[in-house]
Amino acid sequence: MGERVAIIGIGQTDHRYIRPDINHEEMINEAVREALEDADLTIRDIDTVIIDNMDLFEGHYLSDTMVVDGAGMYLKPGLKINTGGTSGATAVATGWHHVASGVFDTALVIGWQKQDAAPSIAALVTAREPLYDRDMAAGAVGIFAGMGLSYMQESGCQEEHAALARVIMADNARRNPHAHLKPDLTVEDVLNSRVLVWPVRLLHMSPTSCGACALILANEKRAKKAAKPPVWIKDLETAHREQSVFRGGCVEPKPAISAIEVASSRLYKRNGITKPARDIDVWELYTPSSWALFPWMELFSICEKGQAWRLVEKEAIRIEGEIPIEPSGGVVSTNPIGASGVIRVAEAALQLRGEAGEHQVTKKAETAIASAWGAASWIVVFYLSRNL
Amino acid sequence: MARRVGIVGVAQTKYEKKPAMHLQDLSFEPVDKVLQETGLKFTEDGTGIDATISCSQDHWDGWTISSKNVVDGAGGHLRPEEKVAEDGAYALYYAALSILGGHYDCILVVAHTKESQVDGRLIENAGLEPLFLRMLGLDFTSCAALQATQYMQRYGISPSQCAKVVVKNRGNAMYNPYAQAPEIVTVDAVLGSPILSDPIRLLDAKPVSDGACALILAAEDKAKKWTESPVWIEGLGCCYDRHYPGYRDLTDPLSLREAAKRAYGMAGISDPRGNIDLVELSEYYSYQELLWSEGLGFCERGDGGRLLESGATQIGGDTPINPSGGLLSGVPVNVAGLNRAVEAVTQLRGEAGKRQVDGARTAVVHGTGGVCGQMHCVIILRRGL
Repeated sequence: MGERVAIIGIGQTDHRYIRPDINHEEMINEAVREALEDADLTIRDIDTVIIDNMDLFEGHYLSDTMVVDGAGMYLKPGLKINTGGTSGATAVATGWHHVASGVFDTALVIGWQKQDAAPSIAALVTAREPLYDRDMAAGAVGIFAGMGLSYMQESGCQEEHAALARVIMADNARRNPHAHLKPDLTVEDVLNSRVLVWPVRLLHMSPTSCGACALILANEKRAKKAAKPPVWIKDLETAHREQSVFRGGCVEPKPAISAIEVASSRLYKRNGITKPARDIDVWELYTPSSWALFPWMELFSICEKGQAWRLVEKEAIRIEGEIPIEPSGGVVSTNPIGASGVIRVAEAALQLRGEAGEHQVTKKAETAIASAWGAASWIVVFYLSRNL
Repeated sequence: MARRVGIVGVAQTKYEKKPAMHLQDLSFEPVDKVLQETGLKFTEDGTGIDATISCSQDHWDGWTISSKNVVDGAGGHLRPEEKVAEDGAYALYYAALSILGGHYDCILVVAHTKESQVDGRLIENAGLEPLFLRMLGLDFTSCAALQATQYMQRYGISPSQCAKVVVKNRGNAMYNPYAQAPEIVTVDAVLGSPILSDPIRLLDAKPVSDGACALILAAEDKAKKWTESPVWIEGLGCCYDRHYPGYRDLTDPLSLREAAKRAYGMAGISDPRGNIDLVELSEYYSYQELLWSEGLGFCERGDGGRLLESGATQIGGDTPINPSGGLLSGVPVNVAGLNRAVEAVTQLRGEAGKRQVDGARTAVVHGTGGVCGQMHCVIILRRGL
């Protein structure tokens, strides 16, 4: 195998609905400067830059080429990744391969989206196959409605449980200074918010955020000299799913073949993780809707099928709980799309460093799973550890 | 490099306008061909292809998350697939690094674009910075015209020297069965063609085209087992320059020189013209072949025109450039850089038929992206012994 890879620098902007004060390049620069400062490095220490952004959402073709100065890419090697909701995580994976190759000692990975500049949902409609699927003009909400409906039917979960999951994420977000939505919610508030596509209500969906997140990755030699304790990316796995039978989940073959289940079980097997709820201390999944949390927990084998809502009901997923999930508040609180996947890895790494501040999980965190989800149920999963 | 990476199979479609072809069919055609050629399958036990890296652009496909239309046919179902949203050369670059890192042993790379379905000028306009440049209505051709003008004026490059690039490349394309525009053109025909943006004329620019290509690369031990004629990736480099054309010396392809320096350094190339037998570079416009040949170190700055007129860059010359016919014979954007690799591999294997460069052993592959060649990727390929 190649070089071992660690996270040695973490930076992110505060994520907001609009950032009229700055342009996209300046926003990226905020995150990059913070990551360099965190790692006590300068841009001269960076060997290559990997950047990701959903450029059709942004309305920019080759959006990386416009942010070269702010991103610190001038006269550096690098490239842009774009894989949908998973983009940020794919970019981290790309940075990981770059450092593992031995060609680069360090890599700067940047994810960003500035959704106050362009209507991303209009672009998201074009994610559907043009001849058969696109007429549905569907964004993301319907997917989670189908998910929530079938989950309720199969498991006995009620609307109240999804509302409680949303409340917990809001509680977490209020303790995270970078998070976007930080409402003080009750279960009733969620249940009274307007229906988008039942059972998905307004408060169940992620916001459109502006923000950027940057990570500095390094090989073992550099990581051991790093200013902050390195967090090792021990392994990763990615899986996509065939998209043409997708149809928004309407004709989902039963039993559903899930890329999440396939990818996470491969990753667990390679790394000797036999009981994820015990072996993994903290989870930063990627839940664009609170309804996604239940199937995700089960597909990641955190619990048995049909049992996730019971863990939520027991509030085991809270920051103080046995199985802390989305301590940052998650994607449902903060969603600058191209950055969201990078943020998952960054937040998991902060937890393992013990530097998550008010949203630091109570239990001792040695290992974490971070992931991102998107497109036709695509997934990237990372296994992070404090120990090499 | 930790271990060698070899290319074990290549395939491409014919390049032409393909109005009846669905994007999924377009990308599947070369994938199917390269799978048949190599006999490899998508496997999980290390006996075949481990992962896929695709290259396409949401804007050109009119389809956000454009790799969605590739995954079905390119082995993405419940398997790894990652999309590089740059020129195809970057997809090959990233695939090679992924194998060097040891996580994968064998990767399928596929790139596609259907240029004919959209007005590319609108997309290129969206490729310019939104506050100060975009509303001027510029596209990559009008910006390239500024670069061409500066370059020609500073170094005395003449329109007929640029036209001779077209004559050479379109002539080479006569022997390339995949080329869109195999046609003997004359200098007069180029100089008499309509102006797109002075000094760039219709025949100076790459024609609109649709197509796809694919290749499979593998770690050394597997590459040797799977093919008798592996082509090794000996060096790679890429580099970004600034965005605003006004911030750059457009006559100096700085990021190309940096990318080439990295790739040459890795491959141990000290004398590019002496060490390299064959060049496949990305000339979206005729002047770019001259400018890029300077950036790649085949001649001094400003000598690109003289290099061409010396005959050195013809098939049979000492540094043949674009024996395939290059982009001017009609290769779509994004596919461009990966197609350069596919053509170079075909040459290094000695399978290029009438366009074959005799005894070619070492080749340079070049891809570029952004306005006026803002970013460049250079990959050195060498025939196995």
